[in-house]
Amino acid sequence: MDRFRMIFQYFQSSSESVMNGICGLLALASVKMYTSFDFSCPCLPQYNMAYGLGIMFVPPVILFLCGLILNRQSLVMLEEWRRPQGCRKKDLAVIRYMCSSIMQRAMVAPVVWIIVTLLDGKCLICAFSGSMDPEKFVGFANVSTVQVQQLLAKVPCKDDELMRNNTSRKAVSRYLRCWSQALGWSILLILIMAAFLARWLRPCFNQATLLQARHWSNYIDIEQKIFEETCCEHSRLFAHKCILHFFESMRQEIKLHSFNLPREREGTEGEEDLLRGITDQDQVNKLLKTWYYEKPPLDVS
Amino acid sequence: MDKFRMIFQFFQSNQESFMNGICGIMALASTQMYSAFDFNCPCLPHYNLAYGLGILLVPPFILFLLGFVLNNNISMLAEEWRRPQGQRGKDPAVLRYMFCSMAQRAMIAPAVWVSVTLLDGKCITCAFCTSVPVESLGNASYPRLSQGEIQRVLARIPCKEIYNGQHLIANEVAVRYLRCISQALGWCFVLLMTMLAFLVRSLRPCFSQAAFLKSRYWSHYIDIERKLFDETCAEHARSFAKVCIQQFFEGMSTDLVAARCHLPRKAPADAGEAAEKLLGITDQSTMNMALKSWHRCKPPLHLHPPALPTGNGWAGEGQPPTHPSTPRRETAAYYSCV
Repeated sequence: MDRFRMIFQYFQSSSESVMNGICGLLALASVKMYTSFDFSCPCLPQYNMAYGLGIMFVPPVILFLCGLILNRQSLVMLEEWRRPQGCRKKDLAVIRYMCSSIMQRAMVAPVVWIIVTLLDGKCLICAFSGSMDPEKFVGFANVSTVQVQQLLAKVPCKDDELMRNNTSRKAVSRYLRCWSQALGWSILLILIMAAFLARWLRPCFNQATLLQARHWSNYIDIEQKIFEETCCEHSRLFAHKCILHFFESMRQEIKLHSFNLPREREGTEGEEDLLRGITDQDQVNKLLKTWYYEKPPLDVS
Repeated sequence: MDKFRMIFQFFQSNQESFMNGICGIMALASTQMYSAFDFNCPCLPHYNLAYGLGILLVPPFILFLLGFVLNNNISMLAEEWRRPQGQRGKDPAVLRYMFCSMAQRAMIAPAVWVSVTLLDGKCITCAFCTSVPVESLGNASYPRLSQGEIQRVLARIPCKEIYNGQHLIANEVAVRYLRCISQALGWCFVLLMTMLAFLVRSLRPCFSQAAFLKSRYWSHYIDIERKLFDETCAEHARSFAKVCIQQFFEGMSTDLVAARCHLPRKAPADAGEAAEKLLGITDQSTMNMALKSWHRCKPPLHLHPPALPTGNGWAGEGQPPTHPSTPRRETAAYYSCV
């Protein structure tokens, strides 16, 4: 009983801590991906915005989908949602609870990516340098429209020959980075406040329903795991019986064809049992050939 | 029984996590291979495309095949596919399930290689540098060069040290352009793969869950049955070898006794196991003869019923004494194994 309880607790804690662990790993992976990614703004008028916003928004979508794929509970939830009703009613509150907990965990890595991107600033500088008002910056004020677009597009590229020692470039860059970082910190603040409020205010609303939903969602998860384990165990026993039947039928066949019964002796009793009446090279070869050419039927009754 | 169950669960989880581990290791190996590989663009007009696309596409193919080779279940799949039907029907759904799960795992390392290659940008820069739009990015009104010359100049874009077309198109501009395209392709590829994986995983419970459970059970069963059969055969081989060798030593000992007309002295009662284990061979020359005989003339793979202690070695082949209690004892032995 105690062992059962220990295993149960391990399972229960394991599932949630596994999911939290995966969530954390994905967040770390997202930071690592950003730092190892070689951001290279094209510095061309039409391409900058697409590139900058693409780098800011496409990887979060990928990370979100990864978060859903790697989370085992999403499969469990989908199965529960799509199963026929049968003898067991479906509780929509449980499914909603599972869905919201999966979504929350999957959103962590994308949000980390977006915040890191904004705090770093490169993406926004690349995307919006072409949209700056040239009148505000001394170096770009008296240039023709076409050329100013070209010049502004080259702002993110420090090493470009036109931009190398351009002070207005630094001004535009600093301006955009300031906006980017302000946006990043604001988003971070809003999200943390929202999480804080949600966690604090949740007990004030529907606590009983929440407890029920959490219990039953856990139950469904554990039931699924135990079903899979029981199937594994069953298939092992089935295989064992099947093989024993096969060896026994081989032994019967050999008995029919020859009269060579192994006699048992004291010391080798265990060995003779394990030999199962197959004591000859030809008999072994026959057994192996039969195993390949005529596998026994899946019936151990 | 509980201990058995725990060990089995460990094995079962171990097998899947083992396969996932191999998958992850191959993905990491593929990243490591890429960073260790010394990419060297030839910077010649027709060779660039071949080299760039070759590095982009050939290693993934190799990694895909390697993924199959390293997967133990491939031989299980082949065996199940090719075996004669016999008394057991074949289920194509099970074969499809096994193949799909192996293919999915084998696809991960190639996908990682292609993504890393595209996100890095060197391959695409090398392959497509001759297709850079000089009109929009550079100075196309450079009349002195023929088409072939322009191609040759553009082909040197990846090799900064020998690039001599700065007046035609700036090297950094071209490299940035190509890298931007490459990275966009890379992210789109990763997005596509991820969406595909997500759809495959999430649409399955909506459509064929019952069939899936069945296929999964039976594919797992086939795997376990094969392992258990191998274990049983190994056990049998061990016992076979043990009895064969024991009979060889007994045969030796009895032959020597017959040759020397020397009755074996009964070991004193308190000599114990050690004397028994000597199997009647108690001096150097006998042992040497036994070893020589083992090398020169191994015994046949045929176990005979055990010899009587004072008779000659090869008795009993045609005389099966029937023990009425034998079948019952054997049956009990089976159940005790379960």
